[in-house]
Amino acid sequence: MITLDIRHNLGSFALDLSFDAPRGVTVLFGRSGAGKTTVTNAVAGLLRPDSGQIRLGERVLFDSNAGIDLPTHKRRIGYIFQDARLFPHLSVAKNLTYGQRFARGKKPAASFDRVVDLLGIGHLLDRAPINLSGGEKQRVAIGRALLSSPELILADEPLAALDDARKAEILPYLERLRDEIEIPILYVTHSVAEVARLATTVVVLQNGRCLKSGPADQVLGDPEVLPTGVRAAGALIQAQVTKHHPDGLSELSAGGIALFLPGHDQPLGQSLRLRIAAHDVILSRSRPEGLSALNIIPGRVTALHSGGGPGMMVSLQSAAGPVLARITRRSAEALGLAVGVECHAIVKSVSVAREDVGIGAPSAQTPSG
Amino acid sequence: MQWLGPEEWQAVALSLKVSFWATLLSLPLGLLTAVALARWSFRGKALLNGLVHLPLILPPVVTGYILLVGFGPNGPVGALLQPFGIVLAFRWTGAALAAAVMGFPLMVRAMRLSVEAVDPKLEQAAATLGASRFWVFATVTLPLILPGILAGMVLCFAKAMGEFGATITFVANIPGQTRTLPSAIYAFLQVPGGESAAIRLVIVSICIAMSALILSEWLSQRIAKRVRGTP
Repeated sequence: MITLDIRHNLGSFALDLSFDAPRGVTVLFGRSGAGKTTVTNAVAGLLRPDSGQIRLGERVLFDSNAGIDLPTHKRRIGYIFQDARLFPHLSVAKNLTYGQRFARGKKPAASFDRVVDLLGIGHLLDRAPINLSGGEKQRVAIGRALLSSPELILADEPLAALDDARKAEILPYLERLRDEIEIPILYVTHSVAEVARLATTVVVLQNGRCLKSGPADQVLGDPEVLPTGVRAAGALIQAQVTKHHPDGLSELSAGGIALFLPGHDQPLGQSLRLRIAAHDVILSRSRPEGLSALNIIPGRVTALHSGGGPGMMVSLQSAAGPVLARITRRSAEALGLAVGVECHAIVKSVSVAREDVGIGAPSAQTPSG
Repeated sequence: MQWLGPEEWQAVALSLKVSFWATLLSLPLGLLTAVALARWSFRGKALLNGLVHLPLILPPVVTGYILLVGFGPNGPVGALLQPFGIVLAFRWTGAALAAAVMGFPLMVRAMRLSVEAVDPKLEQAAATLGASRFWVFATVTLPLILPGILAGMVLCFAKAMGEFGATITFVANIPGQTRTLPSAIYAFLQVPGGESAAIRLVIVSICIAMSALILSEWLSQRIAKRVRGTP
């Protein structure tokens, strides 16, 4: 677990941040220029904050009061950079083992063979970095960080430089990392899709300050935060696969509510994380009849938020979890929406997109209703 | 080489010896200076940069005279070294010092460029993987700047082979002691009937220069390939 409390002047604004990152993936989320990379560089010791304290478990990495500033090479942090930063003069195998010689006597998080297997890079070992694709480079960089026996993995927008196909290639490996390796991961991104898929904990950063932090589903479902901006807002829902229908639809259960998705090859009982974008949700006071949409979630309004424009955000609490709906203010008035009102969230056909599903699947948007 | 007289052969061998030692002994200081100029910020950096490049701009005779004043038997440094049995003036060691001083700016320039071309982000990555500053330099920086080091050594060697003005001012033109190739060619041209010997030495000079250039080109291509990672 990493505990951080730092202040640093960034010129146009000051970073003043304090958060705890427990086990799993803690996503540091915010727009470009919110101070995210400053935080990771401070944790790695590549930047010295003006004041504050950074602790990794029991070890103090930085403490301005006590005058402690551990040099980067003694911090034992596996840093995955946006640009893979592989050593061009070393083969893939030698890149992977580079950190091992400095970590003698330390317990490795995973053996060489396991890491190579986990990342699917066995066929690349003899190659030179220049001959790798962007996605392959990034996988090797992840492996190299893992094999240095780190106590924390830092990932600074590791997918930002890759195209969508390469992102889809790497994301499953990051998920395996989260689920199979017991090292906390501090992950920086401004991508909603990455937060939705990877985050255990989310820390939303805005102008150097923590806007909100907590478990992923709570933070992303909070309309007051809207870290993703109004257009990209959406809620996270956990669901289990309960049935595969012969017509190609899979049935999932989210807190007892049935949801239908285009066919998935996930085994029955598999838990999936679904993202329901707020702009893909229609609200209805009565249970809709004669509608093509299959996914209807009953709930109760918990909050109404209106900004300056004609739109507003409605939060619902349902048996499946929180649901966000973005509708016009006019509709809200017409429906007579208020806190405590029962209504139904109709999730439009394309909203439960396969690319938003938690386990790696080809990105395709097929209607489910 | 039968067609070279003993006196001519002596000049060739002396030039090679002087240039070899001038290059080798400049290497550590040259590398340190190149890294300092490329990476470190310190007071007097501009002054150091000026001092290093001064021999490139000054007339070689001036450099030779300064060396004579400083490192001669009565000079401050010369007097300091004498008790240790190190005599530079009018010895081949002095010729090596003169060659080193003249070749130094060329060596530092080539190395500095290669150090500046190394992406500090790679060195940061090495540090996050647990490498201390020494190991970062030994395992990342040094392999990546090898082509530049080689280029700097070749330039320094070439300059040392051709050095004339500072050498003849500092250590004169003593056969077998300080009469290097250029000095010998100059001496042969001063005596009647010396042209044929001078021409033979000119041919030898051209051969040595060509071989050095071809060798360095070949080596740097090999190293550059290895550094870039292409097989």
